[in-house]
Amino acid sequence: MNIVVCVKQVPDTATERKLRSDDKTLDRDAADGVINELCEYAVEEALLLKEAHGGEVTVLTMGPDKASDTIRKALAMGADKAVHLVDDALHGSDALGTSHAMAQALKKIGFDLVILGSESTDARTGVLAAMLAERLGVPQLTFAKKVEVDGSSIAVQRVTDYGYDKVEATLPAVVSVVEKINEPRYPSFKGIMAAKKKPVEKLGVADAGIDASQVGLANSWSEVVDFAAAPPRAAGTIVKDEGDGGVKAAEFLASKKFV
Amino acid sequence: MSEVLVLVEHVEGQIKKVTLELLTLARKLGAPSAVWTGPGYSAEAKAKLAEHGAEKIYVADSADITDYVVAPKVDLLAQLVSSASPAAVLVAATAEAKEIAGRLAVRTDSGVLTDVVGIEEGLVADQSIFGGGVNVRARVTKGLPIIAVRPNASPVEAAAGAGAEEQVSVAVSEASKAARVVERVKEEKGARPELTEAAIVVSGGRGVGSAENFSLIEKLADSLGAAVGASRAATDAGWYPHQFQVGQTGKTVSPQLYIAAGISGAIQHRAGMQTAKTIVAVNKDPEAPIFELADFGVVGDLNQVVPQLTEEIAKRK
Ligand SMILES: Cc1cc2nc3c(=O)[nH]c(=O)nc-3n(C[C@H](O)[C@H](O)[C@H](O)COP(=O)(O)OP(=O)(O)OC[C@H]3O[C@@H](n4cnc5c(N)ncnc54)[C@H](O)[C@@H]3O)c2cc1C
Repeated sequence: MNIVVCVKQVPDTATERKLRSDDKTLDRDAADGVINELCEYAVEEALLLKEAHGGEVTVLTMGPDKASDTIRKALAMGADKAVHLVDDALHGSDALGTSHAMAQALKKIGFDLVILGSESTDARTGVLAAMLAERLGVPQLTFAKKVEVDGSSIAVQRVTDYGYDKVEATLPAVVSVVEKINEPRYPSFKGIMAAKKKPVEKLGVADAGIDASQVGLANSWSEVVDFAAAPPRAAGTIVKDEGDGGVKAAEFLASKKFV
Repeated sequence: MSEVLVLVEHVEGQIKKVTLELLTLARKLGAPSAVWTGPGYSAEAKAKLAEHGAEKIYVADSADITDYVVAPKVDLLAQLVSSASPAAVLVAATAEAKEIAGRLAVRTDSGVLTDVVGIEEGLVADQSIFGGGVNVRARVTKGLPIIAVRPNASPVEAAAGAGAEEQVSVAVSEASKAARVVERVKEEKGARPELTEAAIVVSGGRGVGSAENFSLIEKLADSLGAAVGASRAATDAGWYPHQFQVGQTGKTVSPQLYIAAGISGAIQHRAGMQTAKTIVAVNKDPEAPIFELADFGVVGDLNQVVPQLTEEIAKRK
């Protein structure tokens, strides 16, 4: 099975994240770049499927040069090779532009299964997998907490507000995974060393067959008008429990008309 | 006045509150047209939509629409976009509706904005990003604005609309039938309001100590008619199901009141709850960062404080 796993580098959620004042895009230099956590679950799921069914795992990422750290991480976990979409013309692409670029790259690479994390911690739109399914014309199996492949059939458990849906389709397909689907492995020392020798192909806009009029900030379908840090919350009242903490909390709730 | 399409969210015919919020918002932008998908449409549903301003109600209530993942709803909306030429499409910012919005944007070559908390004149959308840390104003510049609005972000106001019903038959393409829903599994935890829609949320974290002890959190929630939430430490430990996780990789909630018990207030947890109007925290560590957000905090053992609070609320009823 030919599996392509899409990964993204994001600013560490533990640091303060910012927008750039010049072009109002994500400030990637203000915070450390780390692999988007949900992408680790996607890589792990790809590796588990490869171990069970054979095949090859290709990592696909779109991002600036420094995103190569994220590629190395996925390769160190055990993926076989990688494709890095990197081109200044891609900077500032919105979800539509990104999905166009990724879909073109996926067509070029070829796949039986595409796996993504269900959302990234920076943009949090949660739409990329669905957009890829739309653009590639393949089944959308998103928000999966369980994935089973049997020959050319695939079944997933799709998380819903009330529990989950059992969904079935035929490969090729796009899958996105949620946290807790598996326990991502830590790269071993051997894995880290091996990753250094694994092939990473760099593709620019023209190489990947991307339509330059569909990507980049200037071609985005939306624009940021302005932005500001959210005002801080006013300091509250903190009391120490002296046997009456619950009563005091109830009094506070009553003063706010919640009880 | 142009139509504004509002995708109705319902559970087996019961309309969710967020739909009424969207209809209220849509009235400022044009003539609201509710779009009903899947089985469950009734006279009662029709009345409710009309009472909240729906001028038109497009009804596509065949099971075909909901038997497959997302794509048939995109077929339907794309068809209505071309027949009605609306000024905008509004959906709830739920996981599935955002996917519908995303695919519709691709299909109609339009822009999509997610996690919107308000819409101003000229279809400028207010977004809350980076876990509530930054407020952004954004607008769609190409094609039709497709906007996903967070539940609980805007008020519900009734205002009668004509509620003219129009049955729509949609030709669900073979490609849209590629991912078939073969079974729906319900794993509900009692009859509580849904987490993202609830006016009050009571959440427990590692400090709760065990799955059994979550009953303390549930009892407090029930005394307030609240939903129950949990931190990732609690869902990782298996004390509470994952769908109740609040935070960076869980649900984003903005209730009127959020009560956090035994939760430290890590940045990734705050990302899911810091837009709550009022925050109350119970934690035995006076240094816990959750107290920086709290409007009211009790430093103490939740095993004492939470049951006493529950009892006191019962007394005051
Ligand atoms: C990429 C990423 C995504 C994440 N996403 C999420 C997310 O979506 N949601 C989320 O919640 N976390 C998330 N986390 C994890 C987050 O960093 C914290 O680890 C987590 O929120 C901690 O949960 P907690 O507050 O319950 O536990 P802890 O941090 O261990 O805090 C427990 C608190 O309970 C208090 N306590 C203990 N016993 C008692 C008692 N008897 N009475 C009163 N207080 C008591 C302690 O003083 C302490 O403050 C994420 C982390 C990463 C890296």
